[in-house]
Amino acid sequence: MEAFLATPVGILALTVAQAMALLVPLLIGVAYLTWAERKILGAMQMRKGPNVVGPFGLLQPFADALKMLMKETIIPSGASRALFLMAPMITFMLAMLAWAVIPVNDGWAIADINVGILYLFAISSLGVYGIIIAGWASNSKYAFLGALRSAAQMVSYEVSMGFVIVTVLLCVGSLNLTEIVRAQSTVWFIIPLFPMFVIMFISALAETNRAPFDLPEGESELVAGFFVEYSSMSFALFFLGEYANMILMSALITILFLGGWLPPMAMEPFTWIPGPVWFILKICFCLFVFVWVRATFPRYRYDQLMRLGWKVFLPFSLVWLIITAAALKIFGWLPAVG
Amino acid sequence: MIAAAAFYLFAAVLIASAVMVVTSRNPVHSVLFLILAFFNAAALFLLAGAEFLAMILVIVYVGAVAVLFLFVVMMLDVDFSALREGFQRYAPVGGAVGLVLFAELVFVFGSWSFADDVGGLRLNPTPEGVDNTRAIGRILYTDHVWLFQLSGLILLVAMIGAIVLTLRGRPASKRQDIGAQVARSGSVNLRQVRPGAGLGEIGIERPPVEAPKPVKQVEHHGHDHGGHH
Repeated sequence: MEAFLATPVGILALTVAQAMALLVPLLIGVAYLTWAERKILGAMQMRKGPNVVGPFGLLQPFADALKMLMKETIIPSGASRALFLMAPMITFMLAMLAWAVIPVNDGWAIADINVGILYLFAISSLGVYGIIIAGWASNSKYAFLGALRSAAQMVSYEVSMGFVIVTVLLCVGSLNLTEIVRAQSTVWFIIPLFPMFVIMFISALAETNRAPFDLPEGESELVAGFFVEYSSMSFALFFLGEYANMILMSALITILFLGGWLPPMAMEPFTWIPGPVWFILKICFCLFVFVWVRATFPRYRYDQLMRLGWKVFLPFSLVWLIITAAALKIFGWLPAVG
Repeated sequence: MIAAAAFYLFAAVLIASAVMVVTSRNPVHSVLFLILAFFNAAALFLLAGAEFLAMILVIVYVGAVAVLFLFVVMMLDVDFSALREGFQRYAPVGGAVGLVLFAELVFVFGSWSFADDVGGLRLNPTPEGVDNTRAIGRILYTDHVWLFQLSGLILLVAMIGAIVLTLRGRPASKRQDIGAQVARSGSVNLRQVRPGAGLGEIGIERPPVEAPKPVKQVEHHGHDHGGHH
């Protein structure tokens, strides 16, 4: 067995098995995130949510998936066929691809690469392509307007997200995600860097096109925005990709600010629970806040969205970056490098 | 062996997509092929062990620059038949320019020679025991810090220039002053109101209702109804 795993075929088989072990729970998680979102929204709006299919409506996601599969894939006339079909695949693939570097526990990453956080940032910045290609290839004005909004929005919020990540990196001294979590063993970064956590969370909402920044979809003005022309599985891929991205962003926030797999305190009752469970619990907390925000706030106006990104978050995160750097230098807290 | 095969694969796709950037008819497809080319270049960086450069290439060029390219190109309304119209007339000039450029390239590569010690540095970007993010940092922020800052300054000047050239103050456009809105008090507030209270009871004045316009009397053909009889 050991000898087989050392051969190229063995390494390949092991990697595929690891990827499956991560992706299958992830996809089930995505399915139940849609269910949980409807349940939480229902509870917050004093109604029941899905409760017919299966006990507590637990089989609802599968019923929905089956319904999607049965429907016809419609390709609008005048659409750019290949690109039209490629766009949802890109969205879905990117949402899965990023998980390669996420450390679920100490040393439990499929690829524990040195530039893990840059890889995550790169993949999340590519997410805009699925949307913009979908908008253009649909040959529809609503889809195109949704795509333009989305492109501008995602590029804007990436900038302040980049500064937040740089601030965290200053405190860690490494681009490796495992190192970032290990650096939080004394104190989670949410405590010293709380304002950055808030900016990161709001930017994550904007980056995943969630309410109150769901202007690319904007049902009330753009019908459904960039995916208005999509049906059946191609629509389902967009849908799954969006929810997988939510989980991904929650994982990123967990790693950067909430101490990844670390328990709240390195004490007896907390250390009984294994690391991955803490990791999943923290992700669930972030997802709950995502849904909570959706149930609470009305949609932003587009110019307000741009103002918030460029005129509030960008200067603020820049100033906080400089303050952090200065504090680390003055008090001699800079991490040992090299 | 696998690394070599991967290198040739990425290099071949890179060159093929670069050719497609120039030759494809639809400008949006051109930009998409450009993105594919960027990706393959990043993959080549990875193979060479420069993972930091690879990620930065993807983040900056694919994640930001190419998005804006795509943004602009998608909104262009290009008439392709009009573009092709003068092809016969302009072909000789274009061909001559191409020939000159090609000759220059031949001269450059003909006289190109590597320094003696450069062979050891090729495809070996990092010193021993240092990952290449730190290696780049060490060089960039020590030996070449002035050049680094200068290039940043040039970009800043370019950005300010672009803003100065395109920003026009339009007095007619409406603006929202968020500060003033947040700072105002008294005009919007919450209060507890007894259910069923009328507006007058809680002290809200109704907006003055305009006096209804006098209804124009429909003119009859004659006031004297009994006229026909």
